[in-house]
This record gives sequence, C-alpha cells and structure tokens, in this order.
Amino acid sequence: MNKELYEYVLRMGDDSLILGQRLGEWCGHGPILEEDIALTNVALDILGQARILMDYAGKLTNKKEDEVAFLREEWDYKNVLLVEQPNGDFAKTILRQFFFDAFRLPFFKELQNSKDETLSGLALKAVKETTYHLQHSSNWVIRLGDGTDESHQRLKTALEELWMFTGELFYADEVDTKLVNEGIAVDLNKIKPIWDAKVSEVFAQAKLQIPEESWMQKGGRKGKHTEHLGFLLSEMQYMQRAYPGCEW
Amino acid sequence: MFNFVAMQVENDVKQMEEQFQAKIDADIRIEPRDWMPEKYRKTLIRQMSQHAHSEVVGMLPEANWITRAPSLRRKVALLAKVQDEAGHGLYLYSACETLGADREETIDDLHSGKAKYSSIFNYPTITWADIGAIGWLVDGAAIVNQVALQKTSYGPYARAMVKICKEESFHQRQGYEIITVLANGTPAQKAMAQDALNRWWWPSLMMFGPTDADSPNTQQSMAWRIKRHTNDELRQMFIDATVKQAEVAGLTIPDKDLKWNEERGHYDFGEIDWEEFYNVIKGNGPCNKQRIEARRKAKEEGMWVREAAMAYAEKQKSKVKAA
Ligand SMILES: [Fe+2]
Ligand SMILES: [Fe+2]
Ligand SMILES: [Fe+2]
Repeated sequence: MNKELYEYVLRMGDDSLILGQRLGEWCGHGPILEEDIALTNVALDILGQARILMDYAGKLTNKKEDEVAFLREEWDYKNVLLVEQPNGDFAKTILRQFFFDAFRLPFFKELQNSKDETLSGLALKAVKETTYHLQHSSNWVIRLGDGTDESHQRLKTALEELWMFTGELFYADEVDTKLVNEGIAVDLNKIKPIWDAKVSEVFAQAKLQIPEESWMQKGGRKGKHTEHLGFLLSEMQYMQRAYPGCEW
Repeated sequence: MFNFVAMQVENDVKQMEEQFQAKIDADIRIEPRDWMPEKYRKTLIRQMSQHAHSEVVGMLPEANWITRAPSLRRKVALLAKVQDEAGHGLYLYSACETLGADREETIDDLHSGKAKYSSIFNYPTITWADIGAIGWLVDGAAIVNQVALQKTSYGPYARAMVKICKEESFHQRQGYEIITVLANGTPAQKAMAQDALNRWWWPSLMMFGPTDADSPNTQQSMAWRIKRHTNDELRQMFIDATVKQAEVAGLTIPDKDLKWNEERGHYDFGEIDWEEFYNVIKGNGPCNKQRIEARRKAKEEGMWVREAAMAYAEKQKSKVKAA
C-alpha cells in the first residue's frame, strides 16, 4: 500500500468529515429557515466528499467506509484544527467556512490534474460544489462585516478566535513532497497566494482588517488536536462503539 | 337609505357565498384572488400554518440524531430528510402568505403558544430506532392525511401537497427500511426497533386528531372540502396499511385489541388515551417546552443576522441610488 497516499486521503477526508459533522449541528437551528437549508446543502456536499474519501481510504487498507470514518482513535484523525473548532455563533461558523472554502476551491481546481483517478474525479465534482460554497460564505462574511455594528463586532471576535488556525491549511510535510513529485498531490505553495488574495478581497468588502503576522497553531495533520475533537468524536462514534459490527 | 344599502350588501354576500359553495361542490379550485368567506380563509390559514409549524418543529426530534447517526450513509440521508422538512415548512408558509398571513406573525404565534403544531413532535427521540419509527409511522401518518389534501379545495395548498407528498412517501420508505434493518439485526437492534414501535404507535394514531364525535370543525371543513375525510376514517386507513408492515418486519404492535374485523373489512383497535392527547396539546407533553424553546432560541439568536442582512441590503440600495 502507498502509505503516503493513505495519509493524504485521510487528511483530506477528515477535513470534510469533521466539518460536515460540525455543520450538521446547525440543522434545525439556523438563523432563518432559508439559511438552515443553505447550511445543510453545504453540509451534504461536504459529507458526500467525505464518503468518497473514507471509502477510498478503506479500499487502500481493506476496511469499510464506516470503519475508517468512525473507528479510529483521536490521534489518527488528521483534519486541520480549524474544522474541529466549535460552531459558536453564526459569524464564527461562516468565517470558519469562508477560510476553508477559500482554501478548498483552488485546492480542488489543482487536484483535478491529479494522476490519481479517484482524487481527480472527486475534484471535478467538488469544484462545482465548492464554487457555490465559497460564494455563499463570502457573501455572508461581507454582509456581516458591512451590516450592523453588532454583526461587525461578532465577525471581528470570530476572526480573533479563528485566525491562528488558518496557517495550518498550508502545512506540508514529507507526505506532500513525495506525492507532489508523483503528480498525485496538490502543491500547497501554489494555493497560498490564491487564498491570500481571496481573503484580502473579501475582507476589504467586509471592512475587516487582516491580522498582523502572528503565531499559527498546527498539529492536526499529525493527529494532535484541540480539546474539542474528543467531544465531537464521542458523539459521532457513539453508535459504532456501542454496537460493534452491526449493519445499519 | 342606510338600511337599504346594508340589505343590499347582505344579499350580495349571500349570493357570493352560494356561488362559492357551488364552485366547491363542482370541485373547482379556489385561488388566492377569488372571493372566499372570511371563515374559510381563517380556517385555511389555521390549518396550513399548523402544518407549516409541524414541519419545522418536526425537524428537531430528528435533527437530534444527525450527529449520532450510526453510519455515514444514514447521516447523509437523515440530514437530507430533515432538510426536506425545512423545505416543506417554507413552502407552506408561502402558501399561508397567499391568504395574507404574514410569515413573521405566523411564526410568532407558534412561539407564543397561540398556534399549535402536531402533538407527535413533543415526544422524545431516545434511540436511533426512533428515527426509523418516525419515518415509518409519523411520515406514514402524514401521507395518509396529505394524500387526501392533494384534492383540497384551496389551489396553493393542494399543489403544495402534491409536491410534499412525493417526498413524504420517500421518507416513509426510508424510515421503514431503517426499522427493517434493525428488526433483522442483532437482538439488541431488534429490541431497539420494538421499543421504538412501542413508544411511537399510540402517539402516531393521535396524529389524526380527536374522534369525529369530538371534532366540531370537521363538518364545515368537509363541506368546504378543505378536509376530504374525517379523522376517524384517516386513522383507520393508516392502521389498516401499517399492521401488515409491522408483521413483515416481525414486530408487534403494542395493542392487544388489534384484530381484523371481517365484517367491517378493517382492523379493530384499542382505546386511545385521549387524556394524554389533550394534555400534550395543552403543552404537557415531555418535550413541548424544549421544542418551542429551541425554535425561539433559533429566532432570537438569528435576529442580529437578519438585521445585518437587511442593513447591508439597505446600504447597497442607497449606493446604487447615489451612483
Ligand atoms: Fe414534511
Ligand atoms: Fe408533513
Ligand atoms: Fe417527512
């Protein structure tokens, strides 16, 4: 088995899985019914991506999709810390989504050229979905930033909480290096300037300042998480842990 | 002079009411711009808004299990199902608006307790099997009601029902499938399915409302063809359809009086606990407070979001004007 490929698929898949799980928490509680539906649309797309990737990771290791998704230990989840951060208020959820979408769109665009057919196939579909997601989250960041004093303040607070988790989106190590050389993975150095430009563009319209150069958290790609992931996993894994080996 | 005018008006109204009833009797749909008796309009707004509220409040007990769904496939399907219900809610609120009911006010009536919603959603979802039971029984009961409503006299309501029914029957099949997988699974899974059926059966029968004898509005609603069957008729249809499904799944319906009646060509069934029903309606169900609180909280916490969106839209408008 290609160990690096498995690792790479998990990283990507866990980003989708954990963010999809977070977005699912909103269902039934959105600020307006229309937005409840819109957030759920995003969650459905992202979980759809997660399923493809969990299935693929399973194929690489002779496991089932759900075994990969539900039955790993905390340190084996490889998502970025950003996506496991709690939903907070709508401003925090939307800003988290915006940072992620602004990363994912150029990422998937590049991934379409991957020599790995599963990944390029996924990317082809995901580009369309993520284009819409980014539009949706950008629009909201702008609306909230340039809406009322309260919405602006809430968005600023969210920014203070989330900014330190954005650096990790561009974390790359030997896994990336090897797979980039093989023509499978995306070179994240290409993605960073696109992300920066998008954030600048949207923040300007949202009347938000980009924070100064500061310390960035990392660890998720190596399985070192924040305290929040454990609670998320205990909820998500509950059934699979309580009733091992069942069909659902 | 004045009396003459009043008499004239009265005569006109009477004539219009007769014409209205004639249209109904001929099965001609009533459309938003058509004249209609005030009470017809009010009855419809009440019924449609109750229906809309039920869709939206009904999201909550199921949304409970999105984060705990036992497989990714089930998680995605449940999320999509709950989203469908949100869509139904929206669709029905819009149908209410065609009768001049303000959406904001309609929703406030729910939050203040003035407006009702289906009592079934005041019961808790305790295990995963409850998600199966809700799809199977609750969506199943909703379909029986709503299939009849596809022919209701008010056009926008009837059309909404056609669209909604398709999705509800998909939900029903999906729920039943969840239940059958459990019923054919491990002993623990089967016990979970039976437990869910035990808890949801009677509340599902209550979804059709009081018996005909205790349902004073039914007659007028039937005459206006807002309703096309009585509560008891609908309840019987549901029972007749569901008993077989339980048998096929290998589950036992928790009613020792349930028995096929050859003469009637229907199942006889036991006495429904109407005291429980009226108490849940009154607000004494296990989850009434929790459900309304969740909706109220969503609205309150969404206030600043809606204000921001409006403020932003205003700013854009004045920018366009200035340019
Ligand atoms: Fe529905
Ligand atoms: Fe319904
Ligand atoms: Fe439904």
